[in-house]
Amino acid sequence: MADLTRLNAHEMAELLRRGGVSSQALTEAHLVVAERQNHALNAWLAIYRVDALAQAAAADRRIAEARHEGPAALAALHPLCGVPVALKDLVAVKGGQATAGSKILAGYIAPFDSTVVARLRSAGAVILGKTNMDEFAMGSSTEHSAYGPTANPWDLARVPGGSSGGSAAAVAAYNTPLGIGTDTGGSIRQPASLCGIVGMKPTYGRVSRYGIVAFASSLDQIGPFARDARDAAALLHAVSGRDERDATSAPVPVPAELLALPASDDEAASYLEGRRLALPREYFVEGMEPGVAARVREAVAAMEAAGASVEEVSLPHTDYGLATYYIIAPAECSSNLARYDGVKYGHADRSSGEFIADYLKTRGAGFGPEVKRRIMLGTYALSAGYYDAYYLKAQKVRTLIKADFDAVWAAGFDAICAPTSPSVAFPFGAKMADPVAMYLADACTLPVNMAGLPGVSIPAGLSDGLPVGLQIIGAPWSELSMLRLARAYEGITARAPWRDLEPAELHLTDDPNTPSPIERMERLGGAPVAGPGGQA
Amino acid sequence: MANLSRADVEHVAHLARLGLTEDESARLEGQLNHILDQYTVLTKLDTEHIPPTAQTIELANILREDVVQPSLSADEALANAPERSDTGHFVVPAILGGGEGGA
Repeated sequence: MADLTRLNAHEMAELLRRGGVSSQALTEAHLVVAERQNHALNAWLAIYRVDALAQAAAADRRIAEARHEGPAALAALHPLCGVPVALKDLVAVKGGQATAGSKILAGYIAPFDSTVVARLRSAGAVILGKTNMDEFAMGSSTEHSAYGPTANPWDLARVPGGSSGGSAAAVAAYNTPLGIGTDTGGSIRQPASLCGIVGMKPTYGRVSRYGIVAFASSLDQIGPFARDARDAAALLHAVSGRDERDATSAPVPVPAELLALPASDDEAASYLEGRRLALPREYFVEGMEPGVAARVREAVAAMEAAGASVEEVSLPHTDYGLATYYIIAPAECSSNLARYDGVKYGHADRSSGEFIADYLKTRGAGFGPEVKRRIMLGTYALSAGYYDAYYLKAQKVRTLIKADFDAVWAAGFDAICAPTSPSVAFPFGAKMADPVAMYLADACTLPVNMAGLPGVSIPAGLSDGLPVGLQIIGAPWSELSMLRLARAYEGITARAPWRDLEPAELHLTDDPNTPSPIERMERLGGAPVAGPGGQA
Repeated sequence: MANLSRADVEHVAHLARLGLTEDESARLEGQLNHILDQYTVLTKLDTEHIPPTAQTIELANILREDVVQPSLSADEALANAPERSDTGHFVVPAILGGGEGGA
């Protein structure tokens, strides 16, 4: 049999139902690759071999029973039944770790399942393990993980993006067909772009955040990684919907059509006929790599040639996005992260015996440099005398940024097309000395979070041998249309030569002599890391 | 808009309950001022009559029925505690009497 890890999730689902493979065999195949490659990639902080195989056995029983009952029962199974999935290590799985990439949560064991995990269990998905991330999801490269960075399988000396870089690299390297990430300013879309896969941030309120480590509560959203649009849609379908345990999850129906994106490339492509696409001129200005701009313009031209109409539009407040985001997100994080006080869980330093002194030591040792920077920024922006000048001002500009997008929808456009990231994957260390340079990596994604909109990044070819992402942004609750557009673009580029390319340095990940990302960082003089994540 | 001094950095760190080393404070002074410089772009916008946006979906007063539901047992809730008592409580350093108190 061909390599099972090269299949996409919908192909696995079909094979499982036909009895062509067991979920146990499928899961074992992925575990072997994930375990073997983790030295070179450091994509995983925990691999749940025993639990994953037990879940796979349970999925096999479900599928066998359904087959016994008949075609209707088989069709009623969720397509994710028996299919492996990776979780960013800030998603609570009962009995497992949830480090959020931080030393302050080392040793924490979640006493309950997040809603996302409960829904994946109910669909029958197999949880392979927990993936690496920038500490508390603050970063665009995974270099801010306390457990060392993750490598990009296209070039092992480069970052996979972040903060959900572990999930993105694991999906790109065929360690898993599916991954869960979170996106506060681009943390799903930007790593998807840099790793050459599909990643979607749904509408704010689409997916329950119960059981997810919080960063910035008015911006955080959970979403899927996959290697194609159909798989991303199936994973989104599995985890979406109103949840009584998250007051910000919206009572909006989850479209069943997410499970019925066209299999045929021609049928998928026909969706472009008559669509109105907007190209925002502010997203193609200074700092953008020419190769990235070229691939995005070519992608949009291809959709135009397939029947869509394309018009340039203006989102005039785009230039204010970065400053606005870097006031609002740190302000919310400084409040959310106040809970790490060494009382109920997490790292605690009780050496002084005095409350405030212990508190200062616990948090001083537990948090890494980027998290400290953001807590400091947020605390300052919210402090007496500065609230109006920073936080209130930023919230008002947020209104203007959202209004820019509203005007595009009011003018009748179906979607906005833009680059996901201004650059392809950058080398380790390239942006670590200058926080503002790192923040600019999210310039094209963070306005979408501030407006609460859905956005998906899909592969649109290569520049200098590295993946470029096309970002498709929609009106609230339009995930189905965005994924249909993504699927349509796959349809019209199905025969493009770059579609057949595998990550260029994937073959090196099997070699035990390949340096680990931690060794690569140390050679650059990076800070020592906390050591490998636990294995369960 | 602002020029953060070393004393300001130390004040904010104390408000945030972050113990910083000398090196960290020095580095943060430079970095925070560099980041705050990026914020000055916002002063170009007149926002006097613009309402603030705190969240983007218009949900309000999401309430559930006030009925008892299963939750963690005391043992489960205490399982991750750095220090716990035999009587089922979190143990913390005294916050009253002497010192700065729990300001």
